Amino acid sequence: MATESTGEAEVGLVFHPMDQFQVTPLFGADKVEWFTITNVTLWMGLTIATIVLILVFGARGRALVPTRSQSIAELAYGFIYKMVEDVTGKDGVVFFPYIMTLFMFILVANFLGLLPMAFTTTSHIAVTAVMAMAVFLAVTIIGFVKNGFGFLAVFWISSAPLILRPILALIEVISYFVRPVSHSIRLAGNMMAGHAVIKVFAAFAPLVLISTGIGIVVTPLSILAITAIYALEVLVAFIQAYVFAILTCVYLRDALHPHH
Amino acid sequence: MATQTQDTVTSAPGMPQLDFSTFSNQIFWLVLTLVVIYFVLSRIALPRISGALVERADTITHDLAEAEELKQRATEAEKAYEQSLTDARAEAQQINVAMRAEIQLQLDVELEKADLEISARTAEAGATLAEIRDSAVSSVKDVAKLTAKEIISAMGGKADAKTVMAAVTARMKG
Repeated sequence: MATESTGEAEVGLVFHPMDQFQVTPLFGADKVEWFTITNVTLWMGLTIATIVLILVFGARGRALVPTRSQSIAELAYGFIYKMVEDVTGKDGVVFFPYIMTLFMFILVANFLGLLPMAFTTTSHIAVTAVMAMAVFLAVTIIGFVKNGFGFLAVFWISSAPLILRPILALIEVISYFVRPVSHSIRLAGNMMAGHAVIKVFAAFAPLVLISTGIGIVVTPLSILAITAIYALEVLVAFIQAYVFAILTCVYLRDALHPHH
Repeated sequence: MATQTQDTVTSAPGMPQLDFSTFSNQIFWLVLTLVVIYFVLSRIALPRISGALVERADTITHDLAEAEELKQRATEAEKAYEQSLTDARAEAQQINVAMRAEIQLQLDVELEKADLEISARTAEAGATLAEIRDSAVSSVKDVAKLTAKEIISAMGGKADAKTVMAAVTARMKG
């Protein structure tokens, strides 16, 4: 990566757009074991702390007329609760705490990742894949427990012409098993791409110190680009958390009501 | 940013996301984090928030019902007020008529009484007047008799009281 910078910029510009994603031990261990305290630990811990701050301390007052922090907690609660109820139906509401957990974790981790020098835990496929697989397995198990083999009706499109149904069933099966892949890569890819692009522009920003001629144009442009992409990333941080949560609800609805 | 040793280990694939040596670490901390968040949410945060929301909804419905009831009561009170106002008006009208009749009656009685009294007093006054006149006449007679007697005696005549008396009386009649 670093060797990509060639020509006259080679002197000073450093391109390490992917370094921000490195998992590094915090206390100088030279190898990352499963129990090692790393920057992953730090930023996940901060995620927990932020969630506690918003949903526990924020909602502490339980005032009849909510305070500002209480409003935020109630807004988040109402938003996800309504989404679960609307998408999965009344019987999906029992899964609300799980979906709320996923949503809050992804949302807060995404936003914390936007802080300068931060580590974005949700940009790692290992993290998102575990969550997506958990959703996939949970949905499959719930589907079979609630409906028995009737759950297989989810692959059998009864509204389609009979000849097409086997073909559609094959497509449905494939799409069903691809779900965890798309579910996880969508989130990790979005987070990674935006952060990497910001870093690339950040690498161009100090060009004015090296070559004033081009730098006078490139530096302001790259700073503007960083600002613009940062704004976009703020949007993406929320949207991806929302998308992950609503897809979870959609999959859950399939498990609860497999008949189309 | 990263240490040199780390660089040589991990920058081989170019993407730290594909460095499988860190997966177990991330997965371990992720699972721990999710479990902690789940317990914090399901045990503390969500019951608290939903409790506040339910409480608020209850209060609002209760207040609305109470407001509705109060409104109802206000309407009723207004109706009752209107009713009592018409009643009072009718009663006042009635009382007015009755009072007028009574007063008229009383007035008639009083007038009659007053008339009677006036005629009685008039009669009485007439009697008194007659009496006074009579006594005045007799007084004048007495004075005239005495005076006549005195005059006669003063002139040197000797007058019998009886004759003088008779003469005066006869004179006065004439």
